[in-house]
Amino acid sequence: MSDVDRAIAGLEGLPRRNGELVFEAPWEGRVFGLVVALTKTPGFEWDDFRRLLIAEIVRDPDADYYAKWLSAFERFVLERRVLTNEELESRKSEYASMARDAVI
Amino acid sequence: MSGRDSHHPNAPTDLEARALALESLLVEKGLLTSEAVDGVIRAFEQDIGPMRGARAVARAWVDPGFKRRLLAAPKAAFAEIGVTEHQVEELVVVENTPTVHNVIVCTLCSCYPWMVLGLPPTWYKSAPYRSRVVVEPRVVLREMGLEVESDIQVRVWDSSADIRYMVLPLRPDGTEDWSEDQLAALVTRDCMIGVARPAVPSAVA
Repeated sequence: MSDVDRAIAGLEGLPRRNGELVFEAPWEGRVFGLVVALTKTPGFEWDDFRRLLIAEIVRDPDADYYAKWLSAFERFVLERRVLTNEELESRKSEYASMARDAVI
Repeated sequence: MSGRDSHHPNAPTDLEARALALESLLVEKGLLTSEAVDGVIRAFEQDIGPMRGARAVARAWVDPGFKRRLLAAPKAAFAEIGVTEHQVEELVVVENTPTVHNVIVCTLCSCYPWMVLGLPPTWYKSAPYRSRVVVEPRVVLREMGLEVESDIQVRVWDSSADIRYMVLPLRPDGTEDWSEDQLAALVTRDCMIGVARPAVPSAVA
């Protein structure tokens, strides 16, 4: 187990049922996988993501749990300048309008 | 094909589109691969993996009454083992026999019985798998490491937004005295998609 795995295993906020992680929809699992995969890369530290996640939870406590992960992860990659907001918005529109095959 | 509308009547939600945008851009920039994301999910397999499906398969192998119910009314049978949420109209369990091998696909998107099998692997969502497994299932299965004997018929089941399929594999020989828990551990996600068969580890057999 890596440090990230341990951090995830110890996260108390993750929705669980009988101890099992619960995803209400596949996109939630993808977001979870994206965050964990990227934070195993040097320069993308889990603790930095976690700070953003906590900020999201404080900002909008009633939002869907993995929607907070998504918002925090967007900020995480934008802050590191690996993507621009324009890229993200335009790609999102392509999926939303079904100009791209949305397979999730 | 004209099926997309009947299949997936709605465009992705805002949240889905954002998740898709992030993954596709990060992959394009070489920061991660979809396989790495799958790998993370596999690492948490005991948490989010296909254990619900595997438990049902193992129960069906040891309990003929449960097997009948699982095939006749899958949702009710899953309720017996504590799985009550399906979020889909219909779940169909297709049984492998000595003469029939079943495999599932979603040719138009990635419909998948994730409430019993966990999250779909990336290859399941790939265009080559979705298009080829229908046309040349034996070839695709062979490429994935499963040789289906020529006297066994291969049936391909195309999932949809309303109907999801799961394969009930054949119980492997040599497991007659195994417990339900031991059996469940043999049943992998790929077995229930139909691209693999449960294998008894040679060290144990």
